[in-house]
Amino acid sequence: MLLDAKIPDGPIEQKWDNRKSELKLVNPANKRRYNVIVVGTGLAGASAAASLAEMGYNVQSFCIQDSPRRAHSIAAQGGINAAKNYPNDGDSIWRLFYDTVKGGDYRSREANVYRLAQLSNNIIDQCVAQGVPFARDYGGLLANRSFGGAQVSRTFYARGQTGQQLLLGAYSALMRQVDAGRVDLHSRFEMLDVVVDEGKARGIVGRNLVTGEIERYVGDAVILATGGYGAVFFLSTNAVNSNVTAAWRAHKRGACFANPCYTQIHPTCIPVSGDHQSKLTLMSESLRNDGRVWVPKEKGDKRPPDQIPEDERDYYLERRYPSFGNLVPRDVASRNAKAVCDEGRGVGQTGLSVYLDFADAIDRMGEQVIRERYGNLFEMYERITGENPYSGPMRIYPAVHYTMGGLWVDYNLMSTIPGLFVLGEANFSDHGANRLGASALMQGLCDGYFVIPYAIGDYLAGHSFSELDTRADAFEASHREVESRLDALLAVNGDKTVGNYHKELGLLMWEYVGMERSEEGLTKVLSEIPALREEFWQNVKVPGANSHFNKNLEMAGRVADFLELGELMARDALERSESCGGHFRAESQTEEGEALRKDDEFSFVSAWEFNGVGETPTLHQEPLEFQNVKLTQRSYK
Amino acid sequence: MTLNLHIWRQEGPDRPGKLVPYKAEDVNRDMSLLEMLDVVNQDLIKRGEDPIEFDSDCREGICGMCSLVINGVAHGPLNGTATCQLHMRHYRDGDSITIEPWRSQAFPVVRDLVTDRSSFDRIVQAGGYISINTGNAPEANALPISKVDADLAMDAAACIGCGACVAACPNASASLFTAAKISQFASLPQGQPERSERALRMVDQMDEEGFGNCSNHGECEAVCPKEISISTIASMKRDYVKAALTV
Repeated sequence: MLLDAKIPDGPIEQKWDNRKSELKLVNPANKRRYNVIVVGTGLAGASAAASLAEMGYNVQSFCIQDSPRRAHSIAAQGGINAAKNYPNDGDSIWRLFYDTVKGGDYRSREANVYRLAQLSNNIIDQCVAQGVPFARDYGGLLANRSFGGAQVSRTFYARGQTGQQLLLGAYSALMRQVDAGRVDLHSRFEMLDVVVDEGKARGIVGRNLVTGEIERYVGDAVILATGGYGAVFFLSTNAVNSNVTAAWRAHKRGACFANPCYTQIHPTCIPVSGDHQSKLTLMSESLRNDGRVWVPKEKGDKRPPDQIPEDERDYYLERRYPSFGNLVPRDVASRNAKAVCDEGRGVGQTGLSVYLDFADAIDRMGEQVIRERYGNLFEMYERITGENPYSGPMRIYPAVHYTMGGLWVDYNLMSTIPGLFVLGEANFSDHGANRLGASALMQGLCDGYFVIPYAIGDYLAGHSFSELDTRADAFEASHREVESRLDALLAVNGDKTVGNYHKELGLLMWEYVGMERSEEGLTKVLSEIPALREEFWQNVKVPGANSHFNKNLEMAGRVADFLELGELMARDALERSESCGGHFRAESQTEEGEALRKDDEFSFVSAWEFNGVGETPTLHQEPLEFQNVKLTQRSYK
Repeated sequence: MTLNLHIWRQEGPDRPGKLVPYKAEDVNRDMSLLEMLDVVNQDLIKRGEDPIEFDSDCREGICGMCSLVINGVAHGPLNGTATCQLHMRHYRDGDSITIEPWRSQAFPVVRDLVTDRSSFDRIVQAGGYISINTGNAPEANALPISKVDADLAMDAAACIGCGACVAACPNASASLFTAAKISQFASLPQGQPERSERALRMVDQMDEEGFGNCSNHGECEAVCPKEISISTIASMKRDYVKAALTV
């Protein structure tokens, strides 16, 4: 298989314009003859479905939640980046591009990232026009704040609920199209297979989560916007229903999976409190704008924070990275937190947390200002921990948050299956080995509002489509496979619950494929995951039947897929014996313990082709060429 | 601690339901209530019984999926808190907890504690948007909006669409949900061109779905996890009356 990224010709500033001028168009009268399937209703899926329907395509939209408004984009807190340069602090499209490529540790495609930076401004315009209530200054203009990994203030926000407000904007645009009769909405539906006919993606098969019925839908193109796979770690900031199933089933049908080992550990999460924990809660890293991170200088110092004098505190990020201080990128902040805890200087009952202290900020600006900026985050913290962060420091610890890897796509967002497009976190394309804060919302909306409307027209106009209905052989075969897998899950009737297996897998992943990976650990886990998977299929207990609402049956299918994905993540991590961004290999670090890239060996995208469960997948490489940005070892000192 | 649970079990929308007693043992005070139910479910599954079905997703109070009536109160005893952020430290050993689904004709039970809230989607579909196609937007800062108006809009926009307002209302009215959206847009200049039609269509849709009317009990505001103000309902009613008289 040859990976053709289809990057347009020309200087980087003109690539997207050049591509738009070459793309074929579908004339307005013909658009209604095409059916487009959009799976997922987060920022990418909802914005794509709405935009395509506005253009005149027939759209079928699917989500696993009871309403499209609940997709997990809703939980993004901090903000969305754009290169508007409203604060007049030196921002530009070029700088947003540069920061994103650098933040991604030079493992993303320059052309994609440049387009993202260019389109970022259109997103803000679009969202404001939809009535998204962004924060404003007293003069009535839009407010900005700074965020990790950047030295300018380019982040637009709506209190601590930016993801919610942007998603509700996209959702309202989607519902307007439902009202106009251009979108058919299918909530509580889980896609379980993509149907490939004559080499093209032509539909999906999935389960109606209310009735258990297996349903088939035919289309001329299929768009997956189904999010990331962080829930493979069991404990993560993902929603409990977040899963890899749609992307994984597409992978098994021929879509290459790119850079699966690139996972992001978020530095500012609420620490784990016990075995019962079902998920971890992130607090926006915008907190690092005003909070100072510290631990005691002495190991095992168990005094309460207010009894530790200033000179016995180690503000380790400010000490080690004087120019970025508490605003170093997420991976650097996370690894440093783990390092000080490993040294025995962690705080709290478990010793697995560090302080995030607002005392100085409250002294400087007053409690009211802090309350306005972070009030809802502080409340959330207090609700979960029972501790008041206005009177003492918060405790934070890193948690799995985002997955930069995903299905491989070309510049037009098409996977290696023709007609299967992948948007948002589900693809791999823009963040390289590490995503900067406030860039996920930007990418999801960029893909959905401004890229796919162009890209899909070119695909549809450039291909002919045979008449196909849902009784075709390809649908029959897919239906049988989906059904037999569900039956198999129910038939095992063993001793351990789906939750037991999910937790066991999560612990393995956190230990060996988490913040720090080593050859020894990865080799070990590459035999342990398949063993766990085998045990799962012999001993899992899935209650109930297929014919009704059955959360455990849903989860069983997802955990079964995670047990396959986990192995691929470990294999990818083992293969990439360099450190880059969120992927830290113990064997590849500088003398100061920083990630050490090996550009000569690893300046490529790893795209894995599926060869069967338990079979070694085939690695394809897409070389990364940097013509505009000079590769440097990242330094935030 | 040990808790005595009484949980609503119902196999489907047309089947009878009943409260079934369960004992939750070794409950840790740092658990959330949903995590306590997770533990109960693990035991039920191991014993070969059907687990209790309930909705939840983000478990951080923003997606609006979780929806339990706890001891008669939608989302339980804490103000401004969704079910998923209610922790067991607010209960004591030996307490009894009754857990039921949202109850409203417009939210039929799917199974156990899971309800169908698609009626909310249909209310939004009837006008909970600003009609702007992708690509048509003017420059964002071309339209200054006073901070006061922007903040008012944000207060209303914080609604998570959970439906607690309906569950708490003696009339099962969806007024707070509908008003939150209507008043968000009414506070903003972008919302003005469609303001009247939006109020008419959304309120009519709310009625058509079988939700009751507002009679100012204020139960909705009391249980709202985002503390949306009942003043949004007053604003919606003014818009509706004005629109009905002029359109």
